[in-house]
Amino acid sequence: MRRLPLLVLAGLAAATVAACGGNPPPAQPGPQANADSIAAAERARQDSIARAEADARAREEAERVARQRAADSLAAMGRTTEAVRTMLAAMIHFDFDKSNIRSGDAGTLDQKVGILQANPNLRIRISGHCDERGSDEYNLALGNRRATAAKQYLVSHGIEAGRIETVSYGEERPIAQGHDETAWAQNRRDEFEILSGGDALRQP
Amino acid sequence: MTAVRRVGGQAVSGCVAAAALLTAYPPDRLAAQDTSVVDRGVRVGIIYRPGVRPGMVLLPGRPAVLDSVRAIVARDLDYSDRFEMITLPGGDSIRLGAAASPARAPGRGRTGGGEAAGLNYPLFQALGADFAVALTQAADTTVVTLHDIAAGGVRREARKRLPPITSPDFRLAVHRLADQVLQASLGTPGVAATRLLFVMDGKVWQIDHDGADKKLVSSSDRQAMSPAWAADGRRFAYMEFWAGHGQLFVQDMATGKRAPVVTTGAALDFTPAFSPDGKTLAFSRAIEEGTDVYTVNLKDNCCLQRLTVGRFSDNLSPTYSPDGQRIAFVSTRAGLPQIYVMAADGTDQQLFAPFDYGVTGSSNAPEWSPDGQSVAFHRDVAGTLQVFVLDVRTRTVRQLTSVGRNEDPTWAPDSRHLCFVSDRSGYRQLWIIDLETGRIRPLLQQSGARLPAWSPRLPETAASTP
Repeated sequence: MRRLPLLVLAGLAAATVAACGGNPPPAQPGPQANADSIAAAERARQDSIARAEADARAREEAERVARQRAADSLAAMGRTTEAVRTMLAAMIHFDFDKSNIRSGDAGTLDQKVGILQANPNLRIRISGHCDERGSDEYNLALGNRRATAAKQYLVSHGIEAGRIETVSYGEERPIAQGHDETAWAQNRRDEFEILSGGDALRQP
Repeated sequence: MTAVRRVGGQAVSGCVAAAALLTAYPPDRLAAQDTSVVDRGVRVGIIYRPGVRPGMVLLPGRPAVLDSVRAIVARDLDYSDRFEMITLPGGDSIRLGAAASPARAPGRGRTGGGEAAGLNYPLFQALGADFAVALTQAADTTVVTLHDIAAGGVRREARKRLPPITSPDFRLAVHRLADQVLQASLGTPGVAATRLLFVMDGKVWQIDHDGADKKLVSSSDRQAMSPAWAADGRRFAYMEFWAGHGQLFVQDMATGKRAPVVTTGAALDFTPAFSPDGKTLAFSRAIEEGTDVYTVNLKDNCCLQRLTVGRFSDNLSPTYSPDGQRIAFVSTRAGLPQIYVMAADGTDQQLFAPFDYGVTGSSNAPEWSPDGQSVAFHRDVAGTLQVFVLDVRTRTVRQLTSVGRNEDPTWAPDSRHLCFVSDRSGYRQLWIIDLETGRIRPLLQQSGARLPAWSPRLPETAASTP
């Protein structure tokens, strides 16, 4: 039977094709040539249906792939921006009543140097914070020194000073609410916040 | 309570003698005052000598409408810490007035308040009273009669039309009556008609000196710090956190209207302090170079002047001497913050409160006393803060507190009371200490109040907020 490979070709459209294939009457007495030509026409018709359906499927698949690629690329960009933002937001911490950058925090600041270099439109604000042990008002001056210390580090590594603002919140905005060294150590910090140019960030 | 007391007059000189006695004590004696757990109204540590303060009786009486007035005046006189308040035995049940001894009354004193005239002076003398105050009502006028027990007569009578009890001015008017009693009896002005500003939950609040009538005075949702009174009691300055900087405002007490002081947009300005003439505002400004003390002309909102050039040190928290000639401030020029002083134009900067280099802890938050003789501040002692007082003339310091953490002292206009923040009760709140007697009391029973600023004696008008 020549109809069988046709059905295989038809694939998922088998139901339709099989229905069509089931229609031709069994071999009848009559002119043979005529019967052959009818069968050929029928096969051609079947082939063209199958081709059209395959083409449609291919187009759909191509579109789906294109859409997926676009989405993947956006997601990748978003993931990058998010990762860079997280890196940029990483805080640095200080010893009690001190504003010098700890050696362990230099790496954190170096990452920020790289980010600021890779994203020339990025502007940030550094806010200095203190724990609750010192004097409320003196802590504004101390927080100012802490913010300035980080800024000076970035500037000394080639970042334009005009891209960095500093502010101090003293002990007014603690992130840890406890009254022990664990909380205090967390609260003696610099925070890094994006002012502008942070919509699509490149990896350093 | 009928205290065993010296009988006789000379109350004022007795009080002065007591004050002299106290100030003659070596510093460690006063430092030792604050060593026990205290409750409301309990005196701590002081060697208390009954009889050194004049006895004061607030006479019970009618009408009942005056009960709240009487209660406020009684508390004010008590909180002045200048009297031995004497409670009559049996309270109101025993009549001690004219009825007890009508024969003594005629000729003595005028019939100011009806039943208040003519007291059984010998009986009050036996109870230890030097003064007795009667509050009566004559039509719509409240009459205050001050009896001088030793002299056996009425010393002063004051008449005052008080605002209705529902009026926001009522309590301040009653506080003024109490101050009049103090003035008439001891010849010294009181601090009853004062209020304090403080910060709680990032807002500025006011409260009467007796702990009543707490009211919100800052109108914005932004975080506020460091309220400071103008010497006229009509305005105050404070700092507010704005995006990326600290903005100073001056607010009118009566209208609640406020105006920004200097608008630079970028700097962090904080710890404002009015000059005594009210024309200049000194403050701290934090920039990348560090923090320095500046002044600005308030009238024209101009003429920014930089008084200190720190470069590698911070200079902050200015406070004017009452004559306006000098400014005490905090500087880190020696490493840790310590108290310095300079002329009001920024010249002649020198150390003010002595310290041992490498030993003495950080010193901060200075406030010059209204009489010019002292500067209160706090200092880190073994990891916690304590209130100290610097004697301006001798430049010696004495430690005033030792229980818990104590900080941010502010002077009452009488220069003998200080309000400060303390966690001695388990949480941070405002306390008031009398430097003469060592008596200490909480100003309000609420956690989180800080950065207090005691007002000057408040003017008759424009003292209340709407």
